Amino acid sequence: MKSPFKKGLSDGIPIALGYFSVSFGFGIMSVQSGLTALQAIIISLTNLTSAGQAAGVGIIAAGGTLVEMALTQLVINLRYSLMGLSLSQKLSDRFTTIHRMIASFGITDEIFAVASSQTEKLVPSYMYGLILIASMGWTGGTAAGALAGLGLPSTLTAAMGILLYGMFIAIIIPAARASKKDLIVICLAAVFSIGCKLIFPALSSGFAIIISAVAAAVVGALLFPITPAETEAEEK
Amino acid sequence: MTMILYIAVMAGVTYLIRMIPFTLFKKKIKSRFIQSVLYYIPYAVLSAMTFPSIFYSTGNTVTAVAGTVIAVILAYFRLPLTVVALSACGVALITGFII
Repeated sequence: MKSPFKKGLSDGIPIALGYFSVSFGFGIMSVQSGLTALQAIIISLTNLTSAGQAAGVGIIAAGGTLVEMALTQLVINLRYSLMGLSLSQKLSDRFTTIHRMIASFGITDEIFAVASSQTEKLVPSYMYGLILIASMGWTGGTAAGALAGLGLPSTLTAAMGILLYGMFIAIIIPAARASKKDLIVICLAAVFSIGCKLIFPALSSGFAIIISAVAAAVVGALLFPITPAETEAEEK
Repeated sequence: MTMILYIAVMAGVTYLIRMIPFTLFKKKIKSRFIQSVLYYIPYAVLSAMTFPSIFYSTGNTVTAVAGTVIAVILAYFRLPLTVVALSACGVALITGFII
């Protein structure tokens, strides 16, 4: 039996690989926007988020205000509050306030996805393993991209853009296969999200995701409320 | 100096968004409706993030769709995350060379 920390590290390897490629692009973009490699690395180390950082560098490059910066981060990253709330229901008693305050730093789309797909309750050391390796991939990729990125063939960097989405597919499809209720909610969320993009192209991607996901989950909860047995299975 | 302020605001806001609900919410939610919503949220969020963004993720819709199809097939047969993600990337790359 692996220790929770080691299990976290090993579950985090695909996240780290995906992050490396995405943050590689972020590193290139930062340097092109006039930041130094060190500044790009510090941003990745302290923020650990893709869309928020990309928007942030855009604001820095355009000389935007700090209020604009704060509001943009709030809108794009608000989904993390929802994820934190969902994960808070899955924590073991070992998650004291201080552990919660530390581990919350690492709530990202991918870490949330892997953590919430665990069948047992979450312990701090598992989360730290996941966050540590993911953060290394994210910061390492930023450094590599900022320092050396312009040399790679563009066909390769373009194809690497699909890595993280491939990982999401690997999480949602098996769930959809196992449960018809999950399948319907997954399809609804995809339809709402595509609809947002087609009908309201000006809507920020952060808002579009929040609206689509909450709408799909509410419809799911109204049509197919989960039974107490399923909740207990979650708690094991 | 301005750069430090920018980065501090960015990192500070992002941290608080993550920390406040995760740290302060300690009660078990009793409402069956809210429990159901929270049960469905993870898959709904992932699905909304993936679609339609995955189709634009490689800068070319044809290579992105090829990668998506392979990812869905491999994921249906429950292959590990890394295998699915790297295969999608590989197929997108190869498709890019063919077209």
